[in-house]
Amino acid sequence: MYQYIIRRVLQFIPMLLALSIIVFGLAKAAPGDPFSGKILDPEVGMEIYEKQRAELGLDKPIPVQYLRWAEKIVQGSFGESITYKGRSVESLIKERFLNTVYLGLFALFITLLVAIPIGIYSARRPYSLLDYGSTTFGFFGLAVPNFFFGLVVIYLFSIKLGWFPAQGTLSSNKLTGFAEFKDRIHHMILPGLTLGLASTASYMRYMRSEVMDVLGSDYIRTAKAKGMSNNNVLYKHTLRNALIPVITLLGMELGPLLGGAIITEQVFNFPGIGTLFIGSVINRDYPVVMAITLLLGVAILVGNLLADILYSVVDPRIRYD
Amino acid sequence: MSSQPVLDVQKLKTYFYLEQELVAKAVDDVSFSVYPGETVAIVGESGSGKSITALSIMQLINKPGRIVEGSIHVKDKNLLNLKPKQMTAIRGNHIGMIFQEPMTALNPVFTIGNQITEMIRKHKKVSKQIAQLKAIELLRIVGIPRPEQIIKEYPHQLSGGMRQRVMIAMAISCEPELIIADEPTTALDVTIQAQILDLLLEMQQRYNMALLLITHDLGVVYEYTDKVIVMYGGQIVEQAPTKQLLSLTKHPYTKGLLSSLPKMDEDVERLGTIQGTVPAAYNFPVGCRFSTRCPFVMEKCKQTNPELLQNDTDHFVRCHLYEEGGESQ
Ligand SMILES: Nc1ncnc2c1ncn2[C@@H]1O[C@H](COP(=O)(O)OP(=O)(O)OP(=O)(O)O)[C@@H](O)[C@H]1O
Ligand code: SF4
Ligand SMILES: [Mg+2]
Repeated sequence: MYQYIIRRVLQFIPMLLALSIIVFGLAKAAPGDPFSGKILDPEVGMEIYEKQRAELGLDKPIPVQYLRWAEKIVQGSFGESITYKGRSVESLIKERFLNTVYLGLFALFITLLVAIPIGIYSARRPYSLLDYGSTTFGFFGLAVPNFFFGLVVIYLFSIKLGWFPAQGTLSSNKLTGFAEFKDRIHHMILPGLTLGLASTASYMRYMRSEVMDVLGSDYIRTAKAKGMSNNNVLYKHTLRNALIPVITLLGMELGPLLGGAIITEQVFNFPGIGTLFIGSVINRDYPVVMAITLLLGVAILVGNLLADILYSVVDPRIRYD
Repeated sequence: MSSQPVLDVQKLKTYFYLEQELVAKAVDDVSFSVYPGETVAIVGESGSGKSITALSIMQLINKPGRIVEGSIHVKDKNLLNLKPKQMTAIRGNHIGMIFQEPMTALNPVFTIGNQITEMIRKHKKVSKQIAQLKAIELLRIVGIPRPEQIIKEYPHQLSGGMRQRVMIAMAISCEPELIIADEPTTALDVTIQAQILDLLLEMQQRYNMALLLITHDLGVVYEYTDKVIVMYGGQIVEQAPTKQLLSLTKHPYTKGLLSSLPKMDEDVERLGTIQGTVPAAYNFPVGCRFSTRCPFVMEKCKQTNPELLQNDTDHFVRCHLYEEGGESQ
């Protein structure tokens, strides 16, 4: 198992290398650099800008620029942000990263909390009112874009009803301990719901069909024939099997969750990686954009590995060696 | 046979309500009893209602199926009057069941030990340790080597034959009065089949249980059973003690089944293999259900379905040929 994990992690290296070349290439192919599009001060001579370009290494041939960039990354530095003068990219990301992680975990938590019970219920009572309701919600959840749903919940629950704040992560820096925790959760409800909408919808459908499949299987009939109670059959024998694919999907969710966070955070003005990313794109802050893109790539790779590891944990038939 | 049957099924009807108002009469007016220590075979072609009869006894019929009529007595209780919760105290405890597919009958994500002990603990209310010891002992009894190891293993680590032994261990774990085995060897290697059947019989004798054995295989019937029930089209068409049924076969369908066997008893009459196929359970012919394939079919057969009548001591037949005043064959 450990050998397998190590082997998989080693396989990350060529993938990340390829990803970094693509990211760098795209950033270079995008028109303009931090100086274009700015209203240049006519008092400052063109040569000054050229000098600054040279300082940033932007006058060198592209392969050289790539190697310099990659070399720094290997040493643990993503360089300096262009918009936030004097701030390293790492420190900018670090500041925002945890917020996004919390938001993602919270969205996932809501997703599972809603999707699993409803999925089970729908499977046990197919074509019931709740089953139809959840099917309808499922289509809705998959069809409605995040940003639109976000705006709707802000309008309803924040502006009209005033139940939840529409932006930020904390109402006051003075809060500590449990009060702080509560306030953070309070701020995360609306963005969490929004971020989790699509996956809630798909997990619900997934859970429904899995539970239905398992309920019809031979080993469930065996469990009943042994005289096991309904609860045992459902919560032990059925659930444990039906959750296998769902748990496996969780790892795969990491990338899409971060991706979805980019839009959702923007809608809720939530200080996470997403808002940083959009801001950096607008300002052509390429070092930050590239770092976040790479981070997303790593998240997807780690997520997939996590999925495989989880799979072998929950399903004894799966063994890696 | 001793006084009270362990299982008494009367006028059982289990129907499946299909689309477009179709009703599949999978089990249609079936009555029989199984006495303590007896081995009873149910034979019949595919689709004749053998499994549905067994599952009805266990009350494991799923939608769109439903037991519409009849009674199923185990001891003095009519199972059809029990609440679902009371029924869980019967399953496994008073009736053990073994299925056809050992590869899929065990839950893949729990260990063998877990799956045996949960059952012992449910019915016998013993501690985990005692259940564990009991499970090891049971595995040893059914001939599984290294039982202490095997209880920690998962089903996929065992062969089909071993898994069926585990199923047998489970079925006998609470020492039920009756074991229902639904084609327990059909899915197994030919070389293993006899071993598993021998084991079943050995267990039956050891614990003095009755055995209801569903099978396709008349050779198995001949070798292992006391009484035979022949089913066709959801109904019993002939029922008799094994020796008698095989030597003094009466029903044309049973004769057809026997003819498809290689060497059996010398006395067995030979007919050509049965022509045609079993009619669908939602579309039986009006009269005798076998009339579409019977070589002896008469006008009467196409109009009325014969009753299952006693023809000889313990010998029951459903055929116009054997009715009062019918032509004798
Ligand atoms: N889930 C179901 N839905 C509809 N009809 C069913 C269903 N299960 C069984 N039946 C009907 O019941 C009939 C009897 O089925 P059963 O499984 O008892 O046959 P069997 O004698 O056990 O056959 P086999 O030897 O193939 O196991 C079938 O022909 C089928 O028409
Ligand atoms: S009743 Fe008629 S059709 Fe049916 S088995 Fe007897 S002879 Fe054949
Ligand atoms: Mg069957």
